[in-house]
Amino acid sequence: MPMQLEIVTAERVVLSDEVDQLNVPTKDGRIGVLPRHAPLLTVLDIGELDIIKGNERTPFALFGGFMQVLSNRVTILADTVERADEIDEARAERARVQAEERLRQRQSDQDMALAEAELRRAMIRLRVAQLRKIRRQQ
Amino acid sequence: MSKTREIRRRIRSAKNVAQITRAMEMVSASKMRRAQRNVLATRPYADRLRDVMAELMARMVGGSRRGTLLEARSPVRKVAVVVITPDRGLCGSLISNILRRMIRFILEQREQHHEVSVVAMGKKGRDFVARNNQALVAEVTQLGDSPRLQDILGIATEVISGFRKGDYDEVYLLYSEFVNTLVQRAALRRLLPIEPPVDAQMERRVDYTYEPSQEEVLEELLPRYVEVQIYQALLESIASEHSARMIAMRNATDNSKELVKDLTLSFNKARQTSITNEVSEIASGAVALAQG
Repeated sequence: MPMQLEIVTAERVVLSDEVDQLNVPTKDGRIGVLPRHAPLLTVLDIGELDIIKGNERTPFALFGGFMQVLSNRVTILADTVERADEIDEARAERARVQAEERLRQRQSDQDMALAEAELRRAMIRLRVAQLRKIRRQQ
Repeated sequence: MSKTREIRRRIRSAKNVAQITRAMEMVSASKMRRAQRNVLATRPYADRLRDVMAELMARMVGGSRRGTLLEARSPVRKVAVVVITPDRGLCGSLISNILRRMIRFILEQREQHHEVSVVAMGKKGRDFVARNNQALVAEVTQLGDSPRLQDILGIATEVISGFRKGDYDEVYLLYSEFVNTLVQRAALRRLLPIEPPVDAQMERRVDYTYEPSQEEVLEELLPRYVEVQIYQALLESIASEHSARMIAMRNATDNSKELVKDLTLSFNKARQTSITNEVSEIASGAVALAQG
């Protein structure tokens, strides 16, 4: 029995579909959600979001939000979410290099924090984009 | 002769004006459609967020609201109002309606001895506030026609942290509500402290697992709720702006056409008069010659 999944951001509805499993990064660590999961309300972290439907696995890059699981319906209120094929790999790579560069320069704490956050985002984008490629080859 | 030339010039300029306003009307019409789509696109997120909050609030039995964005303070001494206006004019009475509402709000607050600060989103509001020497604490302009949530985070952070620090005891939001293409209304809402949404279907009370904890989830949800309210108000204001401009431009086009019609009539009359004059001059000249 699949469950209903809906991913929405403030700008649009990203996905509304029936899925078999999803793996999400929460503030307390990654969790897997299967159909008939107990009611849950949690804060999401940034990381990769994996959606499994049949034999298909779709990776997303997720940048924070909330998830509500209630009576076999999962609602993800994402701050930002990007499907693997929406990710511009070259741009993410450039962002990674830039962020690393800024980290090396060791400026103020605030700059360091910003650069670190930027680096994390870039790494996740790259990983999601690569996951998609690997799966294509299989 | 000079009179007909004068009229012809005015006809030409009225036609040019009609052409321009007609073009502006079409541009606004297409922008309005996009803006309306954007408004609709944020509804699911806002609705879900409201549901989640309502569920959470219904379960928060007791629980202190102190120090959260829900905390109502009394007495209220300082208030802030976020005013959303367009960057550009030529949109009928939209801007003046909002500014008038703002003045009324400020006066009302002053009467209760509340200190009012203004946060301006949009050039027209900012210029007005600056011109009238009101306390302008933050501003953002040129957000474009399809702003993203990120674009308003600066303003949201300013009011949220201002509320937390006690710079403001209450924060209001003034924008133009998009009722339909013909009707836009200046709307004033309280943004902070948050008025918790009420769950319509209270009976489905399931016990949630909260991760990390109820308080922490709430702590993350509340600012998001404020941001989304500002974002939605901004999108509605943009939709209002374009539809008001479209209507204003349509009226302008109609007026110019009316003017062209009137002018054409007087042009024909003037032409006829001048021909009659000429004919009668020739005729009287001929008569004079014949007699002489």
